[in-house]
Amino acid sequence: MTLATLLSAQVSPATGSFHYASLLVLLPLLGAAVLLLGGRRTNTWGHLLGVAAVLGSFVVAASLFFAMVSRPSESRSIVETLYSGISVGGFSIPIAFRIDPLTICFLLLITGVGSLIHIYSVGYMEHDPNRRRFFGYLNLFIAAMLVLVLADNYALLYVGWEGVGLASYLLIGFYQERPSAATAAKKAFIVNRVGDLGLFIAIMVMFVTFGTVSFDGVFAGVSHTSSTTLNAIGLLLLLGACGKSAQVPLQSWLLDAMEGPTPVSALIHAATMVTAGVYLVARSGAIFSAASIALTAVAIVGTVTLIFGAVIGSAMDDIKKALAGSTMSQIGYMILGVGLGTKGYALGISHLLSHGFFKAGLFLGAGAVMHAMSDRLDMRRFGGLRKFMPITSTTFLLAYLAIIGIPPFSGFFTKDPIIDAAYNSGGYGWIYGVVGQVTAGLTAFYMTRIVAMTFFGPKRWEEDAHPHEAPKSMTIPQIILAVGSVGLGGLLMVGNRLPHFLAPIVGEAEAPNYLSVNTFVTLGLVLIGAGYGWYVYARNEVPLLAPAGGPLTVAARKSLYGDALNEAVFMRPGQYLTRLLVFTDNRIVDGAVNGTAALVGGLSTRARKWQNGFARSYALSMLGGAVVIAAALILVRR
Amino acid sequence: MNPTDYVILAAILFTIGTVGVLIRRNAIVVFMCVELMLNAANLAFVAFARQSGTLDGQAIAFFVMVVAACEVVVGLAIIVTVFRSRRSASLDDANLLRN
Repeated sequence: MTLATLLSAQVSPATGSFHYASLLVLLPLLGAAVLLLGGRRTNTWGHLLGVAAVLGSFVVAASLFFAMVSRPSESRSIVETLYSGISVGGFSIPIAFRIDPLTICFLLLITGVGSLIHIYSVGYMEHDPNRRRFFGYLNLFIAAMLVLVLADNYALLYVGWEGVGLASYLLIGFYQERPSAATAAKKAFIVNRVGDLGLFIAIMVMFVTFGTVSFDGVFAGVSHTSSTTLNAIGLLLLLGACGKSAQVPLQSWLLDAMEGPTPVSALIHAATMVTAGVYLVARSGAIFSAASIALTAVAIVGTVTLIFGAVIGSAMDDIKKALAGSTMSQIGYMILGVGLGTKGYALGISHLLSHGFFKAGLFLGAGAVMHAMSDRLDMRRFGGLRKFMPITSTTFLLAYLAIIGIPPFSGFFTKDPIIDAAYNSGGYGWIYGVVGQVTAGLTAFYMTRIVAMTFFGPKRWEEDAHPHEAPKSMTIPQIILAVGSVGLGGLLMVGNRLPHFLAPIVGEAEAPNYLSVNTFVTLGLVLIGAGYGWYVYARNEVPLLAPAGGPLTVAARKSLYGDALNEAVFMRPGQYLTRLLVFTDNRIVDGAVNGTAALVGGLSTRARKWQNGFARSYALSMLGGAVVIAAALILVRR
Repeated sequence: MNPTDYVILAAILFTIGTVGVLIRRNAIVVFMCVELMLNAANLAFVAFARQSGTLDGQAIAFFVMVVAACEVVVGLAIIVTVFRSRRSASLDDANLLRN
C-alpha cells in the first residue's frame, strides 16, 4: 500500500469533542479582535485576555489529543467541515479542519509553547506602552498558525500561511519607531512573498492537474499523475517551504527578523512559524514520495542550510542573531529529515517538536539576559551572569545540552536519528550524514560560545547594566520549557512512540538506532566542538571588540554574503528595471499621452477660428456646404 | 402656364432670399429673407406637384407652412428679446458665442 492510498483511506467525520475544534482558532481570533479593535479601553486587562485565549486553545488542543489517543490508530483522521465555502460548479473549497496525528502534534506545540510565551510576554513587555497591541498580534499569529495546520485543503492552508506571514511582519516591525525594525519587517515580508508565490503556483498546478486542492483529493490523484508534474509541484512547494522556513536561498530575512521583541523571536522565528515549511513537506509527503527529484532537492536544501546556519551562528556577536543562525541550522536538520522521504518525515517532525521547546527556551533565556543587561545584545559585553541569574542560566544550560545533543536530553534523541537515517538513505546519502555530523560539532561549538560568553568568564558589562533575575512570569515558562528540553526527546522517541503515532499520516519511519557507530562519531564531534568552544571563550580572554578574524569569520559575520548576493542578483537589476520603467513611463507612455493632448489642443486652436460669432458667416458656410452637396449629387446622378 | 417658369421664379426668389440672409445685418430683414427662401421652396414643391399630377408636393408645402409659422413664433420672440436687451437688432452685434 503506497503512502498516497494509505492517506486517502479512513477519514472520519467529527464526533464528540472534535466538534469543538473550531474553538481552537476562534478563541485566539476573538482575543485578537477584541484587543486590536478595542483600543485603549482594553489596555489594563488586554494581556490577560490574550493569555486566556491561548490557554483556552491549549485546553481544547489537549482534550482533542486525549480524545484522539483513545481512538484506534486507523480512525484518527477527523475532518470537520465548518461550511462549504467557495463553491463554483463542481469545484469547491470547503472551510474544513482536519485533525489527525500530525496536526495534533502541531496544535499542542503551537498552543502549548504559545501559552508559555504569552505568559512570559506579560512580564517581558510590562513596561511597553503598546503591550495590548503586542498581545493582539500574538493572538492573531496563533489563530493563523492554527488555521495553517488545521486546514484540510491547500487553499485554506494558504490562508493560514499568509496569515502567519502577516502576523510575523507586524511583530518584526513591532518597534516601528526604529527604522531597522521597519526595514527588517518589510524584508521578511518581501522574501516570504517569493516563497508564497511558489506555494501559490503549486496550488494552481494542483488544481489544474487534480481538479481539487483538498489533501485527500490531491493525494488520491498522485498515483496516476506523471512524475514531471509531481516534481514541479514538489519543487514549488519546496520554494514555499524555503521562504517560510528561512532555508537557503531564501534565508536572509531570519537574521533581521530578530529586530522583533524576543518573545516573538522565540515563538514565531524559532518554535512555530518557521517550521511551517517542514509541516508543508511532511503533509505533502504523498507528493514528495512520488517525486524523487523534488525530494532530493529538499534534502540538499536542508543539508546546505544546516551548515550555512551553523557557520553564521558561530560568528555572530549578537546573542539573538547567533540563536537565529542556530534556528536556521536546526530547521535545516528538519528539512533534511523530511527530505529523506517516508523514513524521515516522522524524524523531521519529532526534531521540530523538541526543537520548539529547547529553542524557545534559549530565546526566552536570551530575553531575560537582555532585560538584565539594559536591552544590550552584544555577547562580548556580557559574561559572568551565572551568579546573578541562577534560574535563567540553569534553564539556558539545560536547553543548551538539549540542542547540542548530549544524551539523554531532547536533541540527542531527535537529531541523531536524522543523521543516522541520512547515512542509511543510500546513494549519496552519506554526504548528508557527514555534513550533519560536522554541523553537530559546529553546533556544540557555537552554543558553547554563547553560553561561555554570556554566563561564564569575567564581567565585561557596560556601566549601566544592573543584572537581576527575571520576574516569576518570565522564569516559570523558562522552567517549563527547560523540563521539555530535558525530557521531551526521550518521551517522543524512546520506543519509537511519536513515529509510530504519526505513521498513519506520514508512513512508518525507520526505527532509530542509538547505539550505532554514527552516534558515537557524532557525540565525539560534539565533545570536540564544545571543548574547543570552552577553550576559546571561557578559558581565554574574550576581547571586547571583535577581532578581525579570518576570511570565513568575516564572511559569516556578513551572514555568508546572503544579503550581498540578493542585492547583486535581485535588488540592483530590480532597481535598473524600475528606473527603465520610470523612464519608459515618463518619456514614452506619458509622451504619447501628452503628445496626443497637445495635438488635439493645437488642432482645436486652429478650428476655433471658424467660430467667429457672425451668424452670417455661418450661413455662408452652410450655403457653401449645401451647394457642394447639391453639386455632388448632380454629378453623381448624371 | 409652364411649370418651368414657376421653378425659375422659385430659384430667383430663393437666390434673393439667400443673398439677403448673407448680406443684410438687420435680424428682421434676415428673418424675412429666410421666409422668402421657404416660400421659394414651397413654390417649387407646388410647381412640381402640378407637373407630376400628384398631391405629395402640395402636402409638403402645407407642412413647410406650419414649420415656418412655428419658426416665426420662436424667431421673432428671440429677436424681440435680443432687441430689448441691447437696443439693436443687428446680427453682427449678437456675437457673444464667438471663440
